[in-house]
Amino acid sequence: MPVDETLATYSDWLYRSALGVYLFAVLLYAVEQAFARAPRRAMAGAGGPDVLTDAPKSELTKAERIGRMGAAMTVLGAVLHLGSLVMRGLSAGRAPWGNMYEYMSLLCLAAVVTWIVLMAKFPIRRLGAFVLTPILVLLFLGGTVLYAESAPVQPALRSYWLVIHVSVISISSGMLLIPGVTSILYLLKDTNSERFPKLPSADVLDRMSYRTTVLAFPLFTAGIILGAIWAEAAWGRFWGWDPKETVAFVSWVVYAAYLHARATAGWRGRRAAWINIAGFALNVFNLFFINLVTSGLHSYAGL
Amino acid sequence: MIAFLRNTWRGLTSMRTALTLLFLLALAAMPGALLPQLSLNAAKVDEYVAQRGWWGQLLLKLGFFEVYATPWFAAIYLLLFTSLVGCLLPRTFEYFKQMRAKPVLTPRNLSRMPHHAQAELDVTPDEALARAKKAMRGWRMETGEGTVSAERGFLRETGNLVFHFALLGLLVSFALGKMFNYEGQVIVQANGGQFCNGGIFNYDQFRPGLRVDGTDLTPFCVEIGKFSAEYLDNGQPVGYKADIRYQSGDDLVSNTWKPYTLQVNHPLRTEGDRLYLLGHGYTPTFTVTFPNGEKRTQGIQWLPTDQLTLASEGATKFDPPGVTDSETRRKSQIAVTGLLAPTPLLHGNILNSKFPALNNPMVAVDVYRGDLGVDDGRGQSIFSIDQKMVEQGRLAKVARKNLALGEEIALDDGTKVRFDAVNDWVSLQVSHDPTQGYVLAFAILIILGLGVSLTVKRRRVWVRATRLDDGRTLVEVGGLARTDQAGYGEEFTRLARAVLNEEKS
Ligand code: HEM
Repeated sequence: MPVDETLATYSDWLYRSALGVYLFAVLLYAVEQAFARAPRRAMAGAGGPDVLTDAPKSELTKAERIGRMGAAMTVLGAVLHLGSLVMRGLSAGRAPWGNMYEYMSLLCLAAVVTWIVLMAKFPIRRLGAFVLTPILVLLFLGGTVLYAESAPVQPALRSYWLVIHVSVISISSGMLLIPGVTSILYLLKDTNSERFPKLPSADVLDRMSYRTTVLAFPLFTAGIILGAIWAEAAWGRFWGWDPKETVAFVSWVVYAAYLHARATAGWRGRRAAWINIAGFALNVFNLFFINLVTSGLHSYAGL
Repeated sequence: MIAFLRNTWRGLTSMRTALTLLFLLALAAMPGALLPQLSLNAAKVDEYVAQRGWWGQLLLKLGFFEVYATPWFAAIYLLLFTSLVGCLLPRTFEYFKQMRAKPVLTPRNLSRMPHHAQAELDVTPDEALARAKKAMRGWRMETGEGTVSAERGFLRETGNLVFHFALLGLLVSFALGKMFNYEGQVIVQANGGQFCNGGIFNYDQFRPGLRVDGTDLTPFCVEIGKFSAEYLDNGQPVGYKADIRYQSGDDLVSNTWKPYTLQVNHPLRTEGDRLYLLGHGYTPTFTVTFPNGEKRTQGIQWLPTDQLTLASEGATKFDPPGVTDSETRRKSQIAVTGLLAPTPLLHGNILNSKFPALNNPMVAVDVYRGDLGVDDGRGQSIFSIDQKMVEQGRLAKVARKNLALGEEIALDDGTKVRFDAVNDWVSLQVSHDPTQGYVLAFAILIILGLGVSLTVKRRRVWVRATRLDDGRTLVEVGGLARTDQAGYGEEFTRLARAVLNEEKS
């Protein structure tokens, strides 16, 4: 099955345009963050409603309008991004997550979509720059250092388990990027609320982190288990402490510890936030260090 | 003493300890990803230790190259396990007690609740409570004096318990699997080679579980037929497949063979064992014609040294025929060694391979004659000759040449070596793990339990209706989510609206 070069080229174009659009969105968010006033109303407290409706149209300040443009750009970027993945898949005639470049792309798309959903639920649009920046860095690294031509995958990866396991793992890892970032913001805000008047309240940040983690964690668990099912068919054992399996296990344990910390007196708040950050750091470590430096069974075509 | 035990037990089963143990487990598992491991690549471990000197030796002694088999890893694992059991038992009792318990009485001051709303309505308290009950259909309710208390989301506890018990079950099954599993690897020639799972010695490599001695492996036999591989233009493999026949169970008695196509990702599953196709390589066949006219033909697998082009190296060894005197025999043994190129690429006389498929294969052979050293009792690699014999001058290189199929090389004593053919071999793995089905079942329960416990919220609502002096009724609604307040707001607002009928207070 030959690779359709035209579609592959379109995919690359779309990828680059998505990157450009995201970059523009970051700038818009940054402008909003810089020029917006600190929120007048108290953010949702423990008893308040979760959703703060946007202020009526007439009240929109210039900064807010720019922020809304940023949000629109984010959505546009996500659409282009999705298009690039679809074209990749069509060009190679397989699921578009067969090497690190594609995996990274899917992961970032999942993170962006999660962010878009969160923006609809929480009054946090202005944080867009903080969230999109790491995503942009990953996408940039993906498109340069990790880039691989569109091609079929090797025999071990030719399985529908690839489609299921890798997509679930990358989508959940992408979702987990968001609480990683909001936990950092939480720590900043919690350390010195005065210095960061424009960040949402620590409480909102904490709840956002928790809710996203709680959605992503079962998915991440499922992804690891699906990987084990696939490994049983492909490598002869469902678990063999391959470096990649090991780090996934470790980060799973760390996220389980996060959930426990949230239910343990004295561990809520700051410590829990640190644990969440550690979990995401482990995921990134798994993605780069384990894939690129150590050699395990997890082989990715093209890199 | 009792007090000490009790305190130890309490300490061990507290959530804080569980947390600490979780971190310890995470920390202890990490070296396994960062350092080479004996179970994955023993050669790399040797190299690593050799390069690090005393530091490497220390790591070796402490078990850092077999992390998951060390006592310290097991200790953490067992402590966590105990802690898990210890915290599950009381929670299970609590669970069944709570299942039958009635919702908690309405607190005196509802305005202190995290969620609160109130209104003055033109209805009687009874009407207000009736409306509240209607709004909370499906909740567990308890009516008190002028109040209703309701609770929902007990399923969360169920999910949580299912999750933790499944985790326990998974750990036990996994550990049992490590006792009773085995895994063996073997190379078998295609086009007629056979393998029977009769004992450890049929394998090239065998890893038994702790309680497996290899005496009762699941009996089955396989015969490898045609092997085929498909490659991209750059040599990247696209797919492997081997047509095999096998017999197991009753078929062994009746000697019937069943066909199967073995492929990567498609193991043969029979009688609880699995047979995998791991890889493949080539077996060159050589015929040696000895000076007395007798011929010997041998084909033994050579080892791929380049995974992309399948350039392979090996040593095919021959004994002179009809020689009974061991002294003479040891002077005239022959080994054909060298490089096999499935698709040859010649730079002058230097042979290399440019593609993994067979296209007019060639070999570059060095023929050795002398004492191969196979009689001294030490096993030697089937892929190479014993270099010591060469260094001691007991084995000498007597010819070197590039041969295409059918070509031959003549030695000084009239012996001829002909390159006849190339056959495929496949490397197979047999795996046996009696508990993996249970592991899978528990894993599925883990996901289900986790999904339920993390999405269902345990929450409470209280409604109190008080008649006011002016004849109206003050209706108060209070709400509390047991585990995390997040996300309860929307539902509470909806409920409160239904109860208070949107009248402004
Ligand atoms: C490998 C070990 C363990 C894992 C992966 C694990 C995982 C989890 C998860 C994911 C939750 C859900 C948290 C939530 O509902 O917010 C949870 C809850 C809980 N776990 Fe564990 N657990 C483990 C061991 C333990 C142990 C040893 C204990 C007892 C000391 C324990 C006690 C609890 C308790 C009491 C809850 C309820 C907390 C809540 O409702 O929020 N767990 N556990």
